[in-house]
Amino acid sequence: MSRISTTLDWLGGAAIMAFRAFRMLPEAPRIMKRTIEQALHGGYLSVPIVSILSFFIGAVLALQSGYALQDFGAKQLIGTLVGEALVRELGPVFVAILVAGRVASAVTAELASMRVYQEVDALVTMNIPPERFLVLPRLLAALCYMPVLTMIGIIIGWIGGAFVCYYVDFIGIAPAEYFQSVKQYLDITKLTHGLVKAEVFGFVVILIACNTGLRTRGGPREIGFAVTDSVVYSLIAILSLDFFITKALGG
Amino acid sequence: MKKHIQKERFHSEPRQPATIGQTRAPVGVEVRNLGKKYGPQTVLTDISLTVEPGEIFTIMGPSGSGKSVLLRHIAGLETPTTGAVAINGHNPADPDTRDRFAIALVFQAGALFNSLSVYDNLALYPLEHRIGARPQIRDRVMRALKILSLENAADKNPSELSGGMKKRVAIARALVMEPQLLLYDEPTSELDPVMSATISEIIATLKQEYQVTSIVVSHDRDLALTISDRVAIMMRGKLLPPSTPAGLRRNTAPEITDFLNPKIDLQNPRYKNMTTP
Repeated sequence: MSRISTTLDWLGGAAIMAFRAFRMLPEAPRIMKRTIEQALHGGYLSVPIVSILSFFIGAVLALQSGYALQDFGAKQLIGTLVGEALVRELGPVFVAILVAGRVASAVTAELASMRVYQEVDALVTMNIPPERFLVLPRLLAALCYMPVLTMIGIIIGWIGGAFVCYYVDFIGIAPAEYFQSVKQYLDITKLTHGLVKAEVFGFVVILIACNTGLRTRGGPREIGFAVTDSVVYSLIAILSLDFFITKALGG
Repeated sequence: MKKHIQKERFHSEPRQPATIGQTRAPVGVEVRNLGKKYGPQTVLTDISLTVEPGEIFTIMGPSGSGKSVLLRHIAGLETPTTGAVAINGHNPADPDTRDRFAIALVFQAGALFNSLSVYDNLALYPLEHRIGARPQIRDRVMRALKILSLENAADKNPSELSGGMKKRVAIARALVMEPQLLLYDEPTSELDPVMSATISEIIATLKQEYQVTSIVVSHDRDLALTISDRVAIMMRGKLLPPSTPAGLRRNTAPEITDFLNPKIDLQNPRYKNMTTP
């Protein structure tokens, strides 16, 4: 019973935090500088790791598809498979997992430290709502950089697939043919679905990070626990929400 | 349901917007039957006190007696288990109360924002509350830094400062708020005697010139008995009746005399053979 009430308390706290933060949306111009800073830390500085990860995801996907499809003489569909998988599933999910590991953990550690060392209390006594000062810039930044990072991830994943298709002997598909195959079944609706997932994942991951950080009590040991909790909750949320969003969007 | 002190108990004041240089009316604080428990542990027991507008009220007591917890309740950072706190009749936890009366708390460890420079720490309140143009805010911040002899630290990061300097920056940050109620949690700890005296002078000056109501939690006997209007001693979560510094000196109750004048017993058998394995 205690665990259930704790979970409900946590979920309720996260919902109230999101509500309070977005109620302050009209004050967004005041937090523009902090939002840009967060977008820089969370988005721009994540580009290299997203690029490396996506390149190899695309490459492995093409390689595995090559092994599987060569027996059926359907190698020309590798581009379609890699393209669709990255747009609809792997791009948004892997970028969200990466953001959970790289950005959300840092957000939780920072906010938990601020809570433990009374900086959040100082904000409250100065009548500066932590939701406006700390949470809203991070949420807005995530909503800005998630679709961009996801698009970068998708495109570099496609390029990784093209490299494998061209340089691995038993596949041997020219880049032009590969990208023709990528384009063949791709449309704007599928891309939109992928970006919707990216937005939802980014929002939820950063909300979890902020809520976990700001609820931390204790000392340095608890800050470490909070970071672990934040990443674990984020991974659970990403993979479970992925199922429901896929079901709701029909693909 | 928590019972809040009725607003009628205090004269209600109109909202006073914070403007630079404006002296605002001091506020009164009333704590009524306050109790606090963290799980099974009782930290505060049935505390009642009234702090008059413009008064310096000092709470002394041994470590762990609940002084800082009481101060956090007055600042509206904690929810009481029983009883209530009111600032001019208003709940201090309510953002409208903080908007109406500037309440500043000087934290024991400073609680400075490590991601901001010293200057930005001080400028945060006026900037966030849009009090004045940037040149006015700069003047206000530099004035506060000068009072605390911190002009050369304006561009530094809090992580580059010593414990004592952090404390001074925290006090300067509170001064920039031009508060009507100023709460100090151990304001002179980690400070050298000269700076401790300076802080005591600042607290007294704020009362004399601006009638700022001050509640000070401190171990510093000199500070408490020199600048306070009234002093109360806290023991194991209970507040003993407050009195003037002169009245406290005359008090012969053992728990007060033992606290104010602890004896150093070099022959205490408890400490014999401390290094014997």
